[in-house]
Amino acid sequence: MKRSVTLAINGESHTVQVEPRTLLTQVLRDDLDLTGTHIGCDTSQCGACTVLIDGHAVKSCTVLAVQAEGAAITTIEGIGTAANLHPLQEAFWEHHGLQCGFCTPGMILTAIDLLGSNPDPSDREIRDGLEGNFCRCTGYQNIVASIDAAASTMRAGSGAGA
Amino acid sequence: MATLFGSAIRRREDPRLLTGSATYTDDIKLPRMVYSGFVRSPYAHARIKRIDISAARGAPGVVAVYTGADVKDRIAPVPCAWNPPDCDLKIPPHLVLADEKVRYVGDPVAMVVAESRAAVRDAMDLVDVDYGPLDASIDPERATDPNAAQIHDDIPLNIGFEWHVDGGDADAAFAAAEVTVSQRIVHPRLIPNAMEPRAAVASHNAATGQLTLWTTSQNPHIARFLCSVMLGVPEHHIRVIAPEVGGGFGSKIAVYGDEALVSFAAMELGRPVKWTEDRSENYKATTHGRDHVEYVEMCGTKDGKITGLRTKVYAGLGGYASTAAPGVPTILHGLVYCGAYGIPNVSGTVYGVYTNGTPVDAYRGAGRPEATFLIERLADLFASEIGADPVALRRQNLIPPFEDGHEVATGLVYDSGNYERALDKALGILDYDGFRAEQTKARADGRYLGVGVVTYIEMCGLGPSQVAGAVGFGGGLYDSAIVRVYPTGSVRVYIGAKPHGQGEETTFAQIVADEFGYPIESIEVIAGDTETTPQGWGTYGSRTTAVCGSAVKIAAQRVKDKAKKIAAHLLEASEDDIVWEDGAFAVRGSPGSAKPFGEVALMANVAWNLPEGMEPGLEATAFFDPSNFVYPFGTHLCTVEVNTATGEVKILRYIAVDDCGPHINPMIVEGQIHGGVIQGLGEGLLEMAAYDDEGQLLTGSMLDYVVPRASQM
Repeated sequence: MKRSVTLAINGESHTVQVEPRTLLTQVLRDDLDLTGTHIGCDTSQCGACTVLIDGHAVKSCTVLAVQAEGAAITTIEGIGTAANLHPLQEAFWEHHGLQCGFCTPGMILTAIDLLGSNPDPSDREIRDGLEGNFCRCTGYQNIVASIDAAASTMRAGSGAGA
Repeated sequence: MATLFGSAIRRREDPRLLTGSATYTDDIKLPRMVYSGFVRSPYAHARIKRIDISAARGAPGVVAVYTGADVKDRIAPVPCAWNPPDCDLKIPPHLVLADEKVRYVGDPVAMVVAESRAAVRDAMDLVDVDYGPLDASIDPERATDPNAAQIHDDIPLNIGFEWHVDGGDADAAFAAAEVTVSQRIVHPRLIPNAMEPRAAVASHNAATGQLTLWTTSQNPHIARFLCSVMLGVPEHHIRVIAPEVGGGFGSKIAVYGDEALVSFAAMELGRPVKWTEDRSENYKATTHGRDHVEYVEMCGTKDGKITGLRTKVYAGLGGYASTAAPGVPTILHGLVYCGAYGIPNVSGTVYGVYTNGTPVDAYRGAGRPEATFLIERLADLFASEIGADPVALRRQNLIPPFEDGHEVATGLVYDSGNYERALDKALGILDYDGFRAEQTKARADGRYLGVGVVTYIEMCGLGPSQVAGAVGFGGGLYDSAIVRVYPTGSVRVYIGAKPHGQGEETTFAQIVADEFGYPIESIEVIAGDTETTPQGWGTYGSRTTAVCGSAVKIAAQRVKDKAKKIAAHLLEASEDDIVWEDGAFAVRGSPGSAKPFGEVALMANVAWNLPEGMEPGLEATAFFDPSNFVYPFGTHLCTVEVNTATGEVKILRYIAVDDCGPHINPMIVEGQIHGGVIQGLGEGLLEMAAYDDEGQLLTGSMLDYVVPRASQM
């Protein structure tokens, strides 16, 4: 038995018919073709499917689509474009924070939440903040460097704007 | 113009990956596409007594259900493509769907095709398989016991091959040795854990006979070759596309029966079919790595000269022989036993053993890290035995610097090396003597600090095709590139290899940009589609930059040679008088005459005025077959503090000095090293695929298998 769900994703409203058991991540990928959200595991370990729900990083495989009704969801497609990258995207590019790229969307969205609550994290705080996101390529070294660099940029940006 | 070779420029593949607009296999959606899933054995070893698919076939949304009986005569067994000589390799039939017996947890027995992923999952639960469980053989050493469960009827003692390597006279060296050390080493079974699980999408046009297979492959040309063998579809009717591939680490070299089945279903049903494994399925169904039980010994003199190495290795193959599996613990392992020390007398026996585990194949380094580990472990034991410092022992035995080849006892000819310099550099970075003093002081305070040292060589850049043939590899090991210059002068480079994170879309463009004096933005590197790329052998074995990159360079040079001829013709000068400066051809001594490369490209493509007899167009194809492997080397040091109460190991510093030759893009090189180091630390400290005695995978999900996390490193 399908039911109707209306989801606010990247500022747009989408109404989809889903089975109640459908995960948010499946709706994003299969129904809405937002395939930047990746699925790397089936036990909510890897964090490749991380999105922002009301500004907080959430693994979209842990949320039923019907639970997300009314929330503001941001996926990787909603934070920057190739022509206008988010500072975190820019920093990952500059500091080689990605190799195969599969974990990258989840890493960036997790980092957005991390820097939102802690704009000047230490190396250890960044590493602890990435506890729920796996990367097999980079050894995390340049991911941490990327987030650190983005934090500086974002602090400078917010300072200039204030 | 500054060269790009050697520049740490940002990667050209990144914008699509950073914005979520890259296309991985599971992102592909085709009209009328259906989904599929594999019902896999929950038993490690069992007879299949009966399979009842009636309920599944009648379930909502189900399009088809196939069992082994349906496909046995339609799809040939999964090929094993590496048959090392002189080892009596026994390759058992590896059916794409098991029909009489299952041989590991994850062995597929049925395929369900349905209108949605959810319908597939529901119907898979309705496939009723009656198994008659059998005892399992898991440990590769114990599996050779006469009382162990026999996995394949005609392979006694489960021994799939017995391979030997000999150089010098190891037995004589041991007989004469003053010092001998030995150890039993269990090099654990590992799960590769590429972050993208495997997936495949197949589409077939019955009218043209054309099959298109999108798949998560490190080597789409090999996938086409082996799918052709399995499906009986001629190769020119198969197009394999490996789109964005999310890591491989060896696990996406193998060509799997799954890919053939997805293709078969697409042909049978006349509809595109998709399959994507979930992670727990990946742990059971995608190849693992390592899995050695080794008896190893080293001998030498009391004053520290290493004179011999002997091994007996039981290498687990899992239930069947995967694509490259027999070559990994043999050719890629035993041939590097001389290590960085040029050990003069080596002898190894490797038993390839079938077990009731997931098939084992290449995984990061594939055979060579296992060799390095055992050599270095023995070097430590040897140093300890004679009371020498482990660094001093290594230094004493390193091959002295050489430029023009150094042959070792196994017959390999190392290209060039200065191993002691790498050792000294690493020691200097650490301040080894200072650390030893600190260690002594800490010990007095009840703290346990330690330092590990490894010096190594690795056989990379696989490899000369003649050697590939001689060692039973079922393909070539050259690689290829097409450099195509369009009328406006922009360039596309089509390569035979298939990078999946290693950055060659950038590094190869750096090579071509330098050759043509062009901004890199005018150059694009394309990989992964057998329809457009020349025959190549893929990305593994640290071969893409060394082998395929050379093909790129040669193809670009051919293009430039032709462009030079055209420029000379247009400038009405002798080719000998043409010089290349600042991205343009000019007559020597007459800089005002310059013809930029782009202008020559236009003239080549319009062909209004070409030299007599010259063909139009500006492109070249190169196939590069290396004359030897390449042998990078280095020293790694790691300092740790061990909590003797809990056993916790805290890494204090990790220093890696690696000589891989000139860096095309140092940032990318460093990133590769970072990743390799952390995978190595995971292998050393955290990771192991554990089975119980019945062959159940205890580390069956990411919840249980310890992939290194940022917080742990």
